[in-house]
Amino acid sequence: MNFELLFQLLLNGLIVGTLYGVVAMCFVLIYKSTQVVNFAQGEFLLIGAWVCYAFLVEFQMPFWLGFVFTLLFMLAFGVILQLVVLRPMIGEPIISVIMVTIGLSIFFQAATKWIFGATTATYPQVFETRAISIGGMQIETAYIMSFAISLVIMAAFYWFFKYSKLGLAMRATAFDQQVAQSLGISVKTVFAMSWAISAMVSGVAGIVIGMVNGVSSGLSVIGIKVFPAVILGGLDSIIGAIAGGVIIGLLENGAEFVDGQYLHWGNLFSIAPFYVLIVILCIKPYGLFGTKDIERI
Amino acid sequence: MAGFSMRPCGDFRTTYRQDTRIFDTTFVRYAAVFGVVATALMPFVLDGYYVNLFIQISYFAIAALGLNILVGFTGQISLGHAAFFGFGAFASAWINNHTGIPVLLSIPLAGLLTAAVGLLFGLPAARIKGLYLAIATLAAQFILEDFFARADWFTGGSYGAAANPINVFGYEVVDDFSFFYVCLFFLVIMYVLGSNLMRSRDGRAFVAVRDHYLSAEIMGISLTKYRLLSFAVSSFYAGIGGAIYGHYLGYVSAEGFTILLSIQFLGMIIIGGLGSVKGALMGTVFMVLLPEVMETGVSALSVFDWANSTAVTDGLAYIKEMAIGLAIILFLIFEPDGLAHRWQQIRAYWKLYPFSY
Repeated sequence: MNFELLFQLLLNGLIVGTLYGVVAMCFVLIYKSTQVVNFAQGEFLLIGAWVCYAFLVEFQMPFWLGFVFTLLFMLAFGVILQLVVLRPMIGEPIISVIMVTIGLSIFFQAATKWIFGATTATYPQVFETRAISIGGMQIETAYIMSFAISLVIMAAFYWFFKYSKLGLAMRATAFDQQVAQSLGISVKTVFAMSWAISAMVSGVAGIVIGMVNGVSSGLSVIGIKVFPAVILGGLDSIIGAIAGGVIIGLLENGAEFVDGQYLHWGNLFSIAPFYVLIVILCIKPYGLFGTKDIERI
Repeated sequence: MAGFSMRPCGDFRTTYRQDTRIFDTTFVRYAAVFGVVATALMPFVLDGYYVNLFIQISYFAIAALGLNILVGFTGQISLGHAAFFGFGAFASAWINNHTGIPVLLSIPLAGLLTAAVGLLFGLPAARIKGLYLAIATLAAQFILEDFFARADWFTGGSYGAAANPINVFGYEVVDDFSFFYVCLFFLVIMYVLGSNLMRSRDGRAFVAVRDHYLSAEIMGISLTKYRLLSFAVSSFYAGIGGAIYGHYLGYVSAEGFTILLSIQFLGMIIIGGLGSVKGALMGTVFMVLLPEVMETGVSALSVFDWANSTAVTDGLAYIKEMAIGLAIILFLIFEPDGLAHRWQQIRAYWKLYPFSY
């Protein structure tokens, strides 16, 4: 038993898991407030990462300026996407809504490949030191930053939904659209804002991953990994999304450990979350924290 | 209303038999038979490029009809159809290579085997529906893809599997010309089967499960049975389509059956029309021809400078992919009922001309 490797992998799992948690949170945000399952979440990450890359490399901006511009871009992108594509789909059957986001996903996947190329691009160095050592283990600075940013985003979400007016309006809308509307909340604004916030935060996650691993079209795989996380946590629970993300991150790295040490199957870590997904769906379809639907005739 | 007489405006059907007929009038039936005969004569007139396109359309159309039975008629969403399509291709090659059963028999057998696998992955469908089912089938897609890459004994792993050509009573079908007839044969059989299934009790049960599953259950339709049956039928069609695909190419590689192909299948039935047998065919024709038309379009535009730029010529593969995504989105926003519905409207327009209401 190689404890050092196991510990290192679990630490990786925790860090990657919190990132999954952040993306899952964005996914849940859209699902909760607009009842749309966003299969294009991974492409949000991809677009955020590529746009920031373009600002930094093509336009030679300092990092903070490029970062702010990317946020603004993603904000506008989310709002426009909701207005143009998702608003006509309100009230359509679930298959149409799913398919429209899948259509968006292939469209943006191909579009980013066309515009930015299919090869991996590395971000310019943002930090001076590449790695620091904690308790005898080498941890890349970028990982620490990614972990810190994830925690900050989570705290910001907590504050936003607990205290800010817009956040409360969004919670009210998610709870009951008609009641929210009768209390003077503009449901249209809430819908647009939830897409905008989701796109923005996903963009940040994309930038973080881009800084660690470089940015390529493979980044949008995170959008698929989100599904095991949200199903595990419960589709409409923000806490569940975070918990699910962390569990899936740990599970992946745990599977990699077992695979590398004992089984030697190859890519068990990438497929293990989907087995878990099927099992969860069979025994507890509403996840750990999700609300159970009760249907009346 | 015998012979070629026009059908009067309005709905004059008085029996269930009339209501469930595949062809509304005798004229339509003759037109359909004429269409099949005309298609059968096609290879004598058109060159190999079109024959090849038809072969592509037929194996995709068979699989698309299967998906339409599952999604359009039963209302169960599947994102893993390409995996079942691929499973059919591998299964047929494996049956033929390892047991020596002739290819023409191994294709339906592969269909049955795929139906069994479809049943297995359809098991969660007994409990869940809608979005949850979509995600479960997404998992099935990845698990099966992983299986294709891993199971050397079945798929040949990363080397892929060789599939023998079809052998009809000692005659080897190796060229496109004769393969065309094999495809036409399977296409007609599967579509007639599909249309008839939808007229039977089971077909109506599918529709009832889609329209209101609680009412369906109260009326004595076993939800679990019909959801699983629908998965099995859909996988059967996917398996047949995949097997034809495998024997046509002569080689099955694990890389061909990605989520993108699954999405293309869904795109076909959405563009063609959910819950319509001929819609599945129309959508497949659209989806197969779209990249081809774009290719010719770009080469026709090459008189302009911008069409010759590297951005267009090198990025053509991506532009085609974008077009697929865009077609799905635009159809969902502007014509959610698909081409089949548009076709009905065109027919109604001509039938009622000039007094349309």
